[in-house]
Amino acid sequence: MAENAAVTEEMKGWIGRESPPSVIPIEKFMVRKFALATDDNNPMWQDEEYAKKSKHGSLVAPPQMLCCSMLSGGVNRPTPPHKFTRGLDGGATWEFFKTVNVGDTITSVAKLVDIKSRDGRMGTMLFLVWEISHINQKGELVAKTTSTGIWY
Amino acid sequence: MAKQLYFEDVEVGTEVTPISKHPSTTTLVKWAGASEDYYPIHYDKDFALANKLPGVIVHGRLKAAYLGNLMTNWIGDLGVLKKLTCNYRGMDLPCSVLTCKGKVTKKYTQDGENLVECDIWLENDKGETTTPGSAVVALPSRKKK
Repeated sequence: MAENAAVTEEMKGWIGRESPPSVIPIEKFMVRKFALATDDNNPMWQDEEYAKKSKHGSLVAPPQMLCCSMLSGGVNRPTPPHKFTRGLDGGATWEFFKTVNVGDTITSVAKLVDIKSRDGRMGTMLFLVWEISHINQKGELVAKTTSTGIWY
Repeated sequence: MAKQLYFEDVEVGTEVTPISKHPSTTTLVKWAGASEDYYPIHYDKDFALANKLPGVIVHGRLKAAYLGNLMTNWIGDLGVLKKLTCNYRGMDLPCSVLTCKGKVTKKYTQDGENLVECDIWLENDKGETTTPGSAVVALPSRKKK
């Protein structure tokens, strides 16, 4: 099948659509669960005394916590109707602009920015690309995710 | 934490200090809960098999977090992770040893920041790269400004 043959005009019309905002408070216990799940014992994420003496002055979230589905994946990403039944996460780029502190509230909005299709080892595959902005309670852009979803 | 890494300590080709992870099926459940990713291919073997997978597989995003952990460990408290890219090229099964590695590809100063770019990747216990990626970090300098 030709390049982008599985991408219909209706699907192209979805490019630019944005998700409703997802608002997530970054809590100490959430960071603890993240650190335990990733086996990451950096005291900056959990030891209040250690973090207080650091350049941050208080506990911070690991930047890679933005890799969590709740922050940069999830069900709210605008997805046009399509015929494929199986989904895979293709990968992502995370750009970190500001530290996320424990106690911050992060609002994330996902925008569909590209749709492609091509033939691969699992037959015709559909690629959806989203840009997700992550903004803190002060209105500062703390990070941006560019994420690719694959359907086949 | 380990001793602080400085911009003057790295050159193109310098190795990022590797870390190893040992994700079990329990780890995948912990990650599912911590990250709110409840796609059943990561915890329900029957569902995974019905999706033509060899069994439950490690979440791509957990591997991304491991690669982030590789970088935050290496750059120390004064380093800043600026950018992280991962491609989930190959599947990884739980209970295997996954090793995160990296190498410096570029070193430069821009807008007053000491930036270092690295190729990073995650290897399975056969030494195959399943998750290639890259990272950009800012490091402190030993020289006073």
